[in-house]
Amino acid sequence: MRKIVTGNKAVAEAVREAKPDVVAAYPITPQTEIVETLADYVSNGQLASQYIAVESEHSAMAACIGAAIAGGRTFTATSSQGLAYMHEMTNWAAGARLPIVMANVNRSLAPGWNLWAEHTDAMQERDTGWLQVYVSTVQEAYDTILMAFRIAEHQDVLLPVMVNLDGFTLSHIMQPFDMVEPGDFIPPIHLSEMIDPKNPKGYGTIAGPAEYFRFRWEIERSMREAVNVIEETQAEFGERFGRTYGLTEEYRCDDADVVVVSLGTLGKEAEVAIDILRDEGIKAGSLRLRWFRPFPELNLAGKDVVVIDRDYSFGFGGVLAHSIRSKNLVKVYSVIAGLGGQEVTYDDIAGFIRHRRIGEESWFGVNAHV
Amino acid sequence: MFEIRIHSRGGQGGVTAARLLAMAALNDGNFATACPFYGAERRGAPIVSFVRIDKHPIRIYSQIRNPDLIVVLDASVMPAVDVLHGLKTGGRILINSAHKQDFAGYVTNHVDLTSIALRENLMVAGSPILNTPVIGALARTGIVSADSAKSAIRGMFSDERNIRAAEAAYDEVST
Amino acid sequence: MEIITEIPEEEYVLKCTSACAGCGDSLTLRYVLKATGPDIVLVMPAGCTAAFQGIYPKTAYSVPVVNIAFGAAAACASGISRMFQATGRETRVIVYAGDGGTLDIGLQAMSGAFERRTDFLYICYDNEAYGNTGMQRSGATPLGAKTTTTPTGKTEAKKDIDAIIAAHNPPYQATACASYPQDLFRKVRKALTFHGPTFIHVLSPCPPGWRYSAEKTVEVGRLAVKSGMWALWECEHGKLTISTPTKAAMKKPVPLEEYLSLQGRFRGIEEKTVEQLKEQIQENFRGLAAGEVKP
Repeated sequence: MRKIVTGNKAVAEAVREAKPDVVAAYPITPQTEIVETLADYVSNGQLASQYIAVESEHSAMAACIGAAIAGGRTFTATSSQGLAYMHEMTNWAAGARLPIVMANVNRSLAPGWNLWAEHTDAMQERDTGWLQVYVSTVQEAYDTILMAFRIAEHQDVLLPVMVNLDGFTLSHIMQPFDMVEPGDFIPPIHLSEMIDPKNPKGYGTIAGPAEYFRFRWEIERSMREAVNVIEETQAEFGERFGRTYGLTEEYRCDDADVVVVSLGTLGKEAEVAIDILRDEGIKAGSLRLRWFRPFPELNLAGKDVVVIDRDYSFGFGGVLAHSIRSKNLVKVYSVIAGLGGQEVTYDDIAGFIRHRRIGEESWFGVNAHV
Repeated sequence: MFEIRIHSRGGQGGVTAARLLAMAALNDGNFATACPFYGAERRGAPIVSFVRIDKHPIRIYSQIRNPDLIVVLDASVMPAVDVLHGLKTGGRILINSAHKQDFAGYVTNHVDLTSIALRENLMVAGSPILNTPVIGALARTGIVSADSAKSAIRGMFSDERNIRAAEAAYDEVST
Repeated sequence: MEIITEIPEEEYVLKCTSACAGCGDSLTLRYVLKATGPDIVLVMPAGCTAAFQGIYPKTAYSVPVVNIAFGAAAACASGISRMFQATGRETRVIVYAGDGGTLDIGLQAMSGAFERRTDFLYICYDNEAYGNTGMQRSGATPLGAKTTTTPTGKTEAKKDIDAIIAAHNPPYQATACASYPQDLFRKVRKALTFHGPTFIHVLSPCPPGWRYSAEKTVEVGRLAVKSGMWALWECEHGKLTISTPTKAAMKKPVPLEEYLSLQGRFRGIEEKTVEQLKEQIQENFRGLAAGEVKP
């Protein structure tokens, strides 16, 4: 039966299906419903997890790290300030090669206190070694959390996975979705190096200049392997459960003269803009990037590229825009829009495309020519 | 696509009303999304919820600018909030009120949800429950079927007083 | 500064904050600011008080307020306090933080600031949960209380932050309650006669969190004290003085059930948990009678 739930609730439902051994939980708007729902499931017996109500987000990730080294499947959720506070430990989780899954409900960074959607929080984690994916519907949030556990725990990956949902825009919207019985889609976790006094090891000990760099290369090697693992996992999900996802979601891109690239719910809103432009005779398409780390190969040859960044790297530019410029060696029209939950409608997106200025950057709401 | 904006105060169940309406639309075989617009948790503050209903999957996330229908669960927000903002010409307003209301250029329906709730003893923490009866009133306007409205309510609440209140609102809403 | 028992009329919390109806925290803040007067800076981490100050470009507080990250209040206050010291400014530094921002995520920074003998007053308004995010449990949530992350009642006792502060040997620390505004006012004034870290822990009843009807805030706070669930006292250089309402409660406490039954968060609490709470109250009374903040 179709249910109608929020993005947050769908995440919690998927986590319940995945049966983590340990959940570390700390509230922060707009993620709080996830940790509350999981508390409910644990309390009424629907989820047999150890639930640790930690005292801060730094501790949330540290607790997940501990539980994972002890061989457990772990989950936590955060946003914005919480993710930033966690940052020392997100680095640790990836460096320690632990398959932790985390839902990050994208929210802007203070000051000022702003509760609404922005991707800068997750963008600031892009160097850590975490896999990152951005979802755009309640259904996709549910499906992707399930796949995240399997991808993270795959022997060729063994890296943590961050599933990003737009704060309020997706976390709080109610949409219909279908649940699945994963069955053996997510195999039981097996961490060969888990704590074992009979086979004692030191975890994360001192590594000198002659050794440390090798660990970092191993992370990158697994990141590259992860592309195959992601594609295989998504293909099998499609075969088993009827919904197939790609590294990206392309809408009317094949014969497009201009493509708009974005992350999250803006990628869905953009499709409405595309339909409007197509009716006007403009051959536009939308490319919603799903996986951000590892960054996929994109086919943008012969097309004008408009990139919407719901983030910014001060003194440099929009992170998605410069990722595409450098990966694809292409000039783009970089639009900075949606910061702090700034309203961006399909009409606005159509405007970005109609009035594009390739090679330039503009800040929606600030630059006069947008 | 049909767009509805619901005005209420935090703690009155406006968000649940949006969800029930979306569920009812789903039961009718349509697509629907429902979303609140608010920030930090603050009981008693005016809040707005959005519902979109369409035959096709809904890809719009931005706020509803020109609703077809406005629902006012608590008329006391009206001095502070322009509840009519953006309402399409000839659009409809459904207002929780004992008295007939008139807004020029729009169709206005009123129903006394509060007294229906009190009559059915449908209360929580001393306040009347408005979100299930309002679904009954909305069914009368035709945007969802009465059967789907009832199954949506039963899907969330086991207490049949909710159904009776919805049926009463269906009967009593002004047309 | 002279300790005056007449409470000034001037309000530093302006009307129309977005606080919930019956908010104990806003009541606490009003009296704190009446006691401090305007020559202060308030350091405010994430929490209810930061949320209801209003949205840019307006603010409901007519004193300087530095908003800061959730766990950083005491550290930020340390910086301000040392800067004022360096420049010879007399403006007082007051942290105004909730229980979450004090006992949990703020504990490290607070302990550091106290250990360094920072010249500031730290006020913890305690609504016994993470209020701003919708009532999840904190370390300050009492045993048996329901919150959204302890749906069947918290199974751990309330963390004793007063004992933790006492272990830092501050020149002055006290407890207060929003329902006893004169007592709170006097204690704030008293705390400001010291230059060195001082601490006041204020019980601030919360209608949506504790699940009672908004007009009962003062009554609920009074019952907390009269039943002994909350004790009012102050401690100056380790010398304890029990405040009058608690002296009365120690002689003849109101049955705890009267306090618990007013609040939805204790609905369905088990008998044995109530007994544990009563034992804890008796333990506290014994300690107070022996002149100890914590045995």
